[in-house]
Amino acid sequence: MNSGNTEAKLWDFHGGVHPEQNKLQSTMESSAPARMPEKLILPLHQHIGAAAEPIVEVGDQVLKGQKIASADGYVSASVHAPTSGKVIDISEHPIPHPSGLSALSIVIETDGHDEWIEYRAEQDYTETNPSHLRNIIREAGVVGLGGAGFPSFIKLNPGSQKKIKTLILNGVECEPYITCDDMLMREDPQSIIAGARIMRHALQAEECVIAIEDNKPQAYESICHAAKGIAGLRVARVPTRYPQGSEKQLVQVITGKEVPSNGLAVSIGVVCHNVSTAAAIYRAIHLGQPLISRMVTITGAAVKRPRNLEVLFGTPIEELLQQCEVESKQIERLVMGGPMMGFALHDSSLPVIKTTNCIIAVTRKELGLEQAVMPCIRCGACADVCPVKLLPQQLYWHSRAKEFDKAQEYDLFDCIECGCCSYVCPSNIPLVQFYRFAKGAIWTQEQEQKKSDQARERHEFRQTRIEREKQEREAKRAKKKAPRAKKAAAPKAPPVDGAKMAEKMRDEAMSQRDSAVEARKAEIQAAVARVKAKKERATVQAGDATSITPAAPSKGDADKKNDSSSASDNNEQVQ
Amino acid sequence: MPFNTPTSPHQLAPTSITRVMVMVMLALIPGIIAYVWFFGWGVVINICIALVTALSCEALILKLRQRPLTPSLSDGSAALTAILIALTLPPLSPWWLTVIGVAFAIIIAKQLYGGLGFNPFNPAMVGYVMLLISFPREMTSWIPPSALADNSLDFLETALFILFHTLPDGVTFDALTEATPLDSLKTHIALGNTVDEVRAQLGLDEEASRVLSVIPIFGAIGGKGWEWIGGGFLLGGLWLIYKKVISWHIPVAMLGSLLAMSSIFYLIDPEHYATPMFHLFSGAAMLGAFFIATDPVTAAASNRGKIIYGCGIGIFTYVIRTWGGYPDAVAFAVLLLNMCAPLIDHYFKSSVFGHKKG
Amino acid sequence: MLTSILALSALALVFGLILGFAAIRFKVEGDPLVEQIDAQLPQTQCGQCGFPGCRPYAEAIASEDAEINQCPPGGEATIYALADLLDREPLPLNPDNGAESVKTVAFIDEQTCIGCTLCIQACPVDAILGAAKQMHTIIESECTGCDLCLPPCPVDCIEMIEIKEDMLTWKWPYPQEPAANSQQEIST
Repeated sequence: MNSGNTEAKLWDFHGGVHPEQNKLQSTMESSAPARMPEKLILPLHQHIGAAAEPIVEVGDQVLKGQKIASADGYVSASVHAPTSGKVIDISEHPIPHPSGLSALSIVIETDGHDEWIEYRAEQDYTETNPSHLRNIIREAGVVGLGGAGFPSFIKLNPGSQKKIKTLILNGVECEPYITCDDMLMREDPQSIIAGARIMRHALQAEECVIAIEDNKPQAYESICHAAKGIAGLRVARVPTRYPQGSEKQLVQVITGKEVPSNGLAVSIGVVCHNVSTAAAIYRAIHLGQPLISRMVTITGAAVKRPRNLEVLFGTPIEELLQQCEVESKQIERLVMGGPMMGFALHDSSLPVIKTTNCIIAVTRKELGLEQAVMPCIRCGACADVCPVKLLPQQLYWHSRAKEFDKAQEYDLFDCIECGCCSYVCPSNIPLVQFYRFAKGAIWTQEQEQKKSDQARERHEFRQTRIEREKQEREAKRAKKKAPRAKKAAAPKAPPVDGAKMAEKMRDEAMSQRDSAVEARKAEIQAAVARVKAKKERATVQAGDATSITPAAPSKGDADKKNDSSSASDNNEQVQ
Repeated sequence: MPFNTPTSPHQLAPTSITRVMVMVMLALIPGIIAYVWFFGWGVVINICIALVTALSCEALILKLRQRPLTPSLSDGSAALTAILIALTLPPLSPWWLTVIGVAFAIIIAKQLYGGLGFNPFNPAMVGYVMLLISFPREMTSWIPPSALADNSLDFLETALFILFHTLPDGVTFDALTEATPLDSLKTHIALGNTVDEVRAQLGLDEEASRVLSVIPIFGAIGGKGWEWIGGGFLLGGLWLIYKKVISWHIPVAMLGSLLAMSSIFYLIDPEHYATPMFHLFSGAAMLGAFFIATDPVTAAASNRGKIIYGCGIGIFTYVIRTWGGYPDAVAFAVLLLNMCAPLIDHYFKSSVFGHKKG
Repeated sequence: MLTSILALSALALVFGLILGFAAIRFKVEGDPLVEQIDAQLPQTQCGQCGFPGCRPYAEAIASEDAEINQCPPGGEATIYALADLLDREPLPLNPDNGAESVKTVAFIDEQTCIGCTLCIQACPVDAILGAAKQMHTIIESECTGCDLCLPPCPVDCIEMIEIKEDMLTWKWPYPQEPAANSQQEIST
């Protein structure tokens, strides 16, 4: 059991690139809290899994830390009010997502008092049952703050399979520009260490390794100092290379093992969490506070004062840009996340959510000259840098030609979309875009196939059901015919009578049926007439008023119900 | 405030096709300098003619295909093809030979298949092979290293000859031309001489050559002059590997297998098979290993595949050189392996992360 | 001369026997081709192709009684898949049968529904829940958007609603390549 910062063995991963770091700008100043905005827009789907369900209504007063949306199902997370105020809207709002779509969000008008709800801290986590700890973390709405937003309590469950050997805390932060984890490690290492110990207890892991890239010397010193003397906890300094911080690559570097292609790290006894998530878990357990804010890096050449801010979720990004003195006219592109994997935002009024780690306001000069996309020259530079050792070139050709089964042969779904291949491509081909498109198309195909298979099953069942009903009816009719025929055959005296009687009965039945049909038709016509009249009334009303309201149930409907009941006996036969 | 939403990555490495092509052209310079030193200005004039032809043919076809001209012309790929063809032609080739070869390479072997990135065969080699088969006399009329020949032409005379087929007074075409070392070796061995005898006859030093009025074409290790040119290309190629423009797999595989094959046969029978060094430094072996076989569009894709590909070229080069019908075989070997590249790609895929057992 | 005739006849006999044996021993029941074609069709059972359901259409394609371009809900993707499967030329979608449109689901206006069950009988996949004089409702997840329920409804209370894209169903689009030398975008 090592303690402190003994240099243990590190392995290497294939490929990777060295983009320009651009981290110095945002670490010149220490972090600061973001200014309180006038309103907060909280999407209910800020995490992986099912969207949360709102439990407040428009007009409710909420306190800071109060749960306003409840997790829906196992893989889901709750949303809490980041400050006190009034709920003014629950409706669709644009969300920070590459699609540019909107989703259900709760809008809170802040009252400036910042009044906390009552919360209870967990005194001694070592005495607490790990399952209870996980529940507290779940209730606090803690999700992975490294960028993916997976509900953290699920990843603190070792499961029944294996013993967890290593808990890795990811302080690598390999993407350029992003420095929020760096600042957190420098300024508040104690909460990270405390969080690490809680997580290790919850997982019953043997050891915990905090991995930090060697371009962060201050953070490394700070964490080493805070981790000194704690058994089972060590700090590993890893060489700087993108995408070192990708979970599978980091696991390979720290433990030398490869996470199996279709599996999770937990299947080889390793669990990986972000350092900010550790700090959030500490706050949830030790302070009893739910997840309501996070550190966000505001950077980019258009920002005059780039730095890190502690931001409440739901804060519109333009407020943060203002606080950091941005020149809005200079912004050519607004990126959420890092330059390698982040996506461009279509508007600056979008809110900060749990997975927002960085906002880059990019100027045209920073982007460089726009290069034309040339054809692939098959140079193989992409394969040289792929951390998953794929053949991006072949994936490109097949995705481009929409030959999805061939793309899957080349292990398309193992692609982690890190962007290394697109980064080095001399033809400037947007390789990762092709893979994202191909993955989406394959998923859609599979879903449609499932749906069509189900529809086919239902259709075939329907066919058999109708066949069966027909046969039953035939059998019934045959049965009815047989005794009648017998009756007709036995008394030889009036055979004609029998036949005539049968005829008569059939005629009666037919006429009954006809009359029923007539009655039905009349009833339907009456209903149609009523509906027409109703519609006309509705359109007239629409002409007068702006909103169309359905006509109030009138006497006509009551009549309708009565009429229907009288014809109920004949319904079967009509069918 | 609304913004455009292009996709990640938002930061790109400072590479481009133009940069790659320019670096390859720079790497050719040491070899070209050696070439000019030993064989006169013909190669430079040929390069100029080839460049003009290549760029105009490419522009013409792009116009016909209704594609934008600037990105494609400025990417340097047509220029590189032109330079490579010019380097494989005899220095005193008539201008129309260069034009036909380059035009064929650009129009038929490259643009007809879809332009950059879509051609299955190396355009320079296709052009060279077409010329070799169609104009054998012009294509085998090489000149001896000028440091030794009495009749060496200066720049103007070379230009006049290439363009107008006029020679200065007193110089005849036959006096000018001489076969390449590879060609001579092949012919003489076929006639029954051993390697040493050929070298003795044709590898004399300057004193003896003047006395016997025979132009020596065998140098210390390879053909005289050719060994320097090969060395120049080797230097350029190593620089390219260092700069990560090409990977080491294909050159090492090709030269390695050529070395291996020639060593085996030389050890078996030194009298009738040339030394491995001779093979490595003669003809287009070095040029082919670093500049032609490594053409990314037509080579294999994965690293393992590249090694198989390179080995194949080396083996075929030796086989055709020794037992085939042509003295130099790099072009044919490259084209044969171009045909095999898709098959190699299909069977030699690298292992993917996370798919290992245990 | 005679030997060659005898030899060839013997060979023909032997191969004939082998083929006959194989035809009996390895006989496949039913026509697997129809299954394969049916697997490519969207199972909307709408009848726009002119056949009463997807399976009859598949059978018609297999016996070459119908072209592969008759299915609007399947659209171009299905045409190309069928062209691939059957090694036939892909044709543009037959405009007589309708155009490829967005996916829809039916929706019953419950204020207007009279509980006549005519739509329930019309639905080819039993996606309408209800009974006589009971409220009818569409089971959204099973509805294929074939709109066969619209004509029978006497009060016209069913409408087709477009399935809107949301965060979960959104997918990355095909990258536009404004490339210098790129080939035309393959319109699959």
